[in-house]
This record gives sequence, structure tokens and C-alpha cells, in this order.
Amino acid sequence: MDLRIQDQTATAVEREAVDAVLGPPESGWVGAARTTTDGHFAVGGHAARSERHLLLPVLHAVQARAGWISPGALGYVCRRLTIPPAEAYGVASFYALFAMEPRPPVVAHVCTDIGCMCRGSDELVAELQRTVGPAGEHPGNGHAIWLESPCLGLCERAPAVLVTEAGEDPSERSIAPASADDVAAALAGRVPERMTPEPVAQQGSPDVRLMRRFGVVDPESLDSYRSHGGYEALRRAFALGPAGVIREVSDSRLLGRGGAAFPTGRKWEAVARQPVRPHYLICNADESEPGTFKDRIVFEQDPFSVIEAMTVAALATGCEHGYVYLRGEYPLAWERLVNAVTLARRHGFLGENIMGQGMRFDIELRKGAGAYICGEETALFNSIEGLRGEPRNKPPFPVDSGLFGKPTVINNVETLVNVLDIVLEGGRAFAQRGTEGSTGTRLFCLSGSVERPGLYEVPFGTTLRALLDMAGGVRAGRELRSILLGGAAGAFVGPDMLDLELSFEATREAGVTLGSGVVMVFDETVPLAPVLLRIAAFFRDESCGQCVPCRVGTVRQQEALLRLVSDRPRGSVEDELALLDEIARGMRDASICGLGQTAANAIESALRGLRPFRTEAVS
Amino acid sequence: MSAVPVTLRRTVELEIDGEAVRAREGETILGACRRSGLDIPTLCFGETLTPVNACRVCMVEVEGSRVLVPSCARKVEDGMKVKTASERVRHARKMVLEFLGSSVDLSTTPRADEWMAEYDARPERYGPPAPPAAEGERDRAQAGHHHAGDGQTAATVAQPVKVDNELYVRDYAKCILCYKCVEGCGTDWQNTFAIAVAGRGFETRIATEYAVPLPGSACVYCGNCIAVCPTGALMFKSEHDRRAEGTWDESQQTQTDTICPYCGVGCNLTLHVQDNTIVKVTSPLDHDVTSGNLCVKGRFGFQHVQSRAPKGV
Repeated sequence: MDLRIQDQTATAVEREAVDAVLGPPESGWVGAARTTTDGHFAVGGHAARSERHLLLPVLHAVQARAGWISPGALGYVCRRLTIPPAEAYGVASFYALFAMEPRPPVVAHVCTDIGCMCRGSDELVAELQRTVGPAGEHPGNGHAIWLESPCLGLCERAPAVLVTEAGEDPSERSIAPASADDVAAALAGRVPERMTPEPVAQQGSPDVRLMRRFGVVDPESLDSYRSHGGYEALRRAFALGPAGVIREVSDSRLLGRGGAAFPTGRKWEAVARQPVRPHYLICNADESEPGTFKDRIVFEQDPFSVIEAMTVAALATGCEHGYVYLRGEYPLAWERLVNAVTLARRHGFLGENIMGQGMRFDIELRKGAGAYICGEETALFNSIEGLRGEPRNKPPFPVDSGLFGKPTVINNVETLVNVLDIVLEGGRAFAQRGTEGSTGTRLFCLSGSVERPGLYEVPFGTTLRALLDMAGGVRAGRELRSILLGGAAGAFVGPDMLDLELSFEATREAGVTLGSGVVMVFDETVPLAPVLLRIAAFFRDESCGQCVPCRVGTVRQQEALLRLVSDRPRGSVEDELALLDEIARGMRDASICGLGQTAANAIESALRGLRPFRTEAVS
Repeated sequence: MSAVPVTLRRTVELEIDGEAVRAREGETILGACRRSGLDIPTLCFGETLTPVNACRVCMVEVEGSRVLVPSCARKVEDGMKVKTASERVRHARKMVLEFLGSSVDLSTTPRADEWMAEYDARPERYGPPAPPAAEGERDRAQAGHHHAGDGQTAATVAQPVKVDNELYVRDYAKCILCYKCVEGCGTDWQNTFAIAVAGRGFETRIATEYAVPLPGSACVYCGNCIAVCPTGALMFKSEHDRRAEGTWDESQQTQTDTICPYCGVGCNLTLHVQDNTIVKVTSPLDHDVTSGNLCVKGRFGFQHVQSRAPKGV
């Protein structure tokens, strides 16, 4: 490929950051100083172009070292990976965590999303505006900046802040709950302390299956994992063989926990049967749905369980290569995941000849860079491949043509960890728990105005009321106003729905969704209008921009809501509600992927059920 | 030369708007519809390009599918039941046209007005357009951050025209992000990769790296992006200038097919001539060698034809 690279050159530190990921360049053709041994023929072709999947990790390295992606650095990356600069720019500018213009090294990303709104982010932002200055402006020393951020997945300890510091020794730290003083200190140059996970509220409860090792096992020790039952499931899986594992998973009637509730056994079987090789396995840990934090806690508390479950899945579906795609805002989960994979590899639980059984499987790690859409499975494939995280058209489905165009199993973290119990106790025994249509237990992320926010595990069929009671109910002295079920792509339900049974079938019948397990509670002190506006802003920001209904529809939805909230409708309130309904139908029917198709759900449900804007005359 | 390979294709039978239709396996729904004489609007579809199904104006209803499907990309299947004019289909097209009409300048998009009327699209109901962006403002937008305003005006992609070379202009206020120019510049044809899709959400744009002007980019001025642009966002500078002066008049233009004089490939050229001056060069899509693509010489190298001797010489 004949690349034309801009004249700016990368600085020495930018080159170092890139070379730390890719190794030193081999010749003058790919970015080294020209020497006479380089010859007069360029190295190109498929081999040179086949490294594009390293683009995202390399961009992360440059951002972490330099604080932004400069034209010189991007040019060097393009030379190293044989990528046209315009395309690499298109990829880099797609992600919110990459800066394409110079930016101070310290950045505090302050969550202003709906979970944090219930717990004081407005006050935090107001205080920062007063003491530090407006978002995006450098305080006095020019060394730091704060920015508003979408949900950081720390909703159980809101309000949340992520502080990143670029430089020779880059750091990423979460602060939650965060005070304005904490943020000011971080902006002044003090690196926040490493977050310590809070104890799990349900410790010791017999209901707890997926979380049974949380708080008990040392998440940084493979020995500790093994002494708490770790790798027994994989041993059992070897005895069952690939077909046996798939049979158990099918018998368990396990449904995917990422939101779409697809039967896991069917997905695995479809990939296992594909004659095309290789097969790929992906653990989708890009949870970015506002209010969702379950994957983060699984990685913080029990990272080895995910690796073991992936190995079982790889055995069943004939994969030798797996990926974990973790969202970029989880520093502690990332550290523990990296450590767990390293230890598992070192001790023969990943790599060649796993557990002496002749199985070959390894896991590559990918960190997201601030794009909700990359949780959509086909967008995630593109993101790993070094392309823009735009969803693909379906069909073809991932089981036929997924990552790199090959048959791909992609499962959510929670789906995968269920497999350990299924293999250990048998699919039929697993299916005894839960309800007829929803077997097993479910992780719910409780946040907002509850007494004890956190991650809770209950068998399917538990009522919403019982779940809320476990979390201590609504905060003392407050009154339940509404509950957001399933996240920003889910729906608001009122107090009249407390007896709703939490299962796939019951929620479907009620016209709502469990989505990613979000249960966000709002009391009467949280004004609903700003919450809806935040949801609308979220979808506008997170739309990938590929298809018209979502790219423009999310903007028009936000504008109509703004007019309603400010009490300046075009025409009557009823006209605006009808317009919102038309926009919603257009997005739902014509968008390429689930983001656009569900971008109006929560807002519609609020307007329909709670009528916050309807005046007496209208209703 | 060896024998020309013959591909045998099965025929599939499907139903379109209640009528039984036979189509070739591998054909798209759009192809089958058009052969049946149905007029389905398209914007991002290009006969010579890989479908990206981004504009969503060609959506049709397929029985059994939860959402509508893009007819330009979805292949026909045996027994498929397709509706091309149901209420859902008409509503989706109306919304797409309204969304585009309220955010993009469609004044040079062929058939836009006709479709707006056909689907009762009323872009004006989203309010008056917001003021245009300053030069370079949209190019610098950071993903995940936007300025919302108060909803009283409709956000648009309006911005100044990019005129940075003598051959063609880029008026991104007219860009619907159909991806066709990027495909033509990239792997579908030219393999130059001077432009790509950048940014995210409503701030998505077609750009060179860091929005450098074309003369500093990888652009080779083949103009194949202009040839596929469905809205006139990419335009010959000669056409752009005449339009600005008010002297562009297609009724006064003749089109003459000829063969490019420069090299031995023999690309077909269609010269668009107004006032005895070549104002634009296109190439027929059905040409088996070039499929409508040209190089800088065929596309723009016509000045010598109309070089007149200065008076008095």
C-alpha cells in the first residue's frame, strides 16, 4: 500500500510508546531510520496489512504516554501498521477517551449520568465549576482538566470520577464516591489511591451462585482460586468432551445475559459445527449501559472464573483464540484481569497443552476507549479489527461470519460464568433454579435511591419488591417514584409494578426488559426531566453515526425533549409527544442495530407511564 | 484466453407486494424490485459499490423480520414475502427523509423534492435550522461531547464549503454520510484512502487525517468520489462556480460521449458542455473496463481543449 504520511514526525517518547507495544521497527520502510540495507523494494501486501488489529492497543499506548494522539504519532503508527492515515484518524476520533488535540496530562472524567445524578453528581459538578472552573478549561497550572463523562459503571458507589494521567508512568484511577475536594486534589497532581472493592452485601447467602467466591477468594491469586473450587469445572469439561459440554449447556436452557437473551447452547452448537477455521471466542465485557456494573465487579472479585469459563467455552466450540473486550473505564478490573491471564498462562491454564490435556487456547485482552456502541457484538468485532466501532448489518450472524469474517462465539461475562456451574452440576440440575423460561440466577445492578446499592444475585422469578427489600428499599424517609429496568435502553416502571416477577418471560409480557440487569431507583427528590434529558444526550453522544435514523433521530429526540422540559413546545404539548412517538417508531424500525432501535424506549416509557409533562388539559 | 467461466445461478421465488416474482439467487431485494418496475428510493446505494445500507431510505418489510430490512443489501430468499409500501415502510422512509431534509442541504440531490412529496415528509416541523458551524468547528468535534442548545432550532451539518484546490470542492453542508466517496476512494475502486469517516454520532464527518486540505492529503484527484456523490456535496469547481454565479444551466448543456485521449486503456468520457466550454466530465457506469471510474487526466485534464489563443495573436 502506498501511504502518504504527513510531514510531522513523532517525538521520541511517542515512538517509544508505540515500540513498547509493537517492538522496534524492522526497517526504514516501517518507520525506522533509513539505512542502506533497506534496499529499494517496499514491504507491503497482506502480511504488512494484517496487523491492523493492533491499532486500538497502540492508540491507547500513545494516549497514555503523550496525553493526545498527535499527527506525528499517528503518522508513525500508520507506517508501523501500514494503515492509511485518514482511516487511522477515523478510528482514533471515534473514541471519547482519545484526544485528537493537545490536552493536559491529567484528566478527571466526572460522571454526570443518571445513576450519579441520583447521588449528588449535580452538586459535585456545581462545586467543580465554582472552585476549578468550567468543564474543559484548564485550572491555573495548565496541567489538568476535568470533563463530563457518561456512566463510568461505578453506580453503586456514586458519584464517580475516573482520573487518567498521561506520562512516563501513566495511571488510571477511579474515585468513588468522589467529593469535589478529591477531584481538586487529583487535578492538583495527587494520584488518587487504588480503589478497594466494597464487600458484597449478600455474602454467605445460599442464593448466591455466581458471586460465591466474591470477597472470599483472593482475586490476585491463582492458588486461592483453585483452593476455592477453581478449575474443577474445566476438569469436568475435559471428561465430558466438547459435545458433552454443549449438551449440558443446552439442557440448562441458559439464555444470554447481555440483553438479547439468546440460547447459549444453540449459539455454541452453531459455531462448533462450522467447518471453517479458525473459530474465535469473545467475552463481551464492554458493559457501558448506564447503571450497569456487574462485569466490573466480576473481574474485580473473581477474574479467574471468567478465564476458566472461557476455556470451557473454547473447548466446546473448537476455539484456540479468545478475546476479552473490557470497557476502558475500569482500571482495577483491568489490572486484575491482566494479572489473572498472566498467572493462568504461566501455570498451564492457558496456552499449549492446557492442564496436560493437549488443548490449545489463549486469550488476548482488548481495552475499549469510551464507546458504548462497541458493546454491540458486530461493532465490537470491528473495534478489535482496528476499524471504527460501527455495527455491521445482520445477516450474516456472528456464528457464520464474525471476527475477521470467521465463525465467532461472543458471550457476555455473566453468561460465561454461569457455565461453570452448568458443567459442574449438570444442565438439568442447573435448570431447577429460576423459572421455566428463565433458568438459573441473575445478577442485578441496584443503584440510585436505594439504601444499599450494589450487585445482587437472585434466582429468576424473584419479584422486584423482594429485590428492592434486599437492598434495604428506598433511602430512609424517601418515597419510591419510579424504577429504570434494563438501563437506558430499558424502560421506567412505576411503584405499581413492584410485584413484577423478574424473569425473561414475565418482563416480556409486561412490555419491559431485564436488559443488562439494571435496576435504578428514583425517589421523589430526583426530578425526572433532567434524567430523561441525560438519557437523550447519552444516546446522541453514543450513536456511532452510521445510519440516518439513529444519527439524526437521537438529535431530534433530544431537541423535542428540550422543548417540552423548557415548556416551549412547537405547537401543543400533544404535538410534541406525537412527534416523539414518530421519531421513536422511525428509529426502532429502520436503525441498523440495537442502539438506535432502543434509543427511545426509556423516554417513551416515561412519557407514557409517568406523564411528567402532561398538563391537566392534555391528559 | 481460456473459456469464460459460466456461473449457474439458481432461481428463487419470492413475493413482492403480493405478486410472485422470480429472482436470481444472490440478487438483492432492491434488484428484484427494480426489475419488477417498482420505484424504491435510494441514496447510499451505488450500482458499482459494496452496499453499506447506511441511509435507510430503501427499507422494506420482510415477513418474519422484527425490524425493516435494507433492500439494497439484503439478498432474496426462497419464499420471502416482501412489502415495499406498507405503512411501516412509508413511515420509515418519511422519517429518514425528514431527518436528512432538516439537517442537510438537499438542494442539489436529484429527486429529493419528489420523494419528500411522495412520503409526506415535512422537515420544517423540527424547527428553523440552527446557525451554521464556523469553519473547522465540525472537523474538531470531540467524540462523546456535544453542545445541546435549547431545542428551539434544529441542529444541522451546515458549514462553509471547503475550496482548497482548483479541481473540485467539498460542500459538507450537503453531505448525508452515504460512505460512497469513502468506498470509491478506498478498497472498492481507487485504493488511495485519502478520505475516511471520522468522528462519531451527529458530529461524524468525511475527512482527511486531521482535516488537512486536499493538496496535503493522499488525494490523487481522480474525482471518482465526485462521480458517486448522490447529493452534490462533492462537485467540480467549474460547476460550483457557475452555480454560485447563477450561470449553471443544465437545459443548455450537451453531453458528448468520447474516448479519453491520454492512454491505451480507452476509458469512456461523457463531456458536459455549456456555452462551448466543458463544465464537467463523467463516465458511464456500464463500461466494462472502468465501471465509471477515471483518473485525474480523464476527469480534469480537458483545459487544453478549450484553450483559446489570446486575441490579436
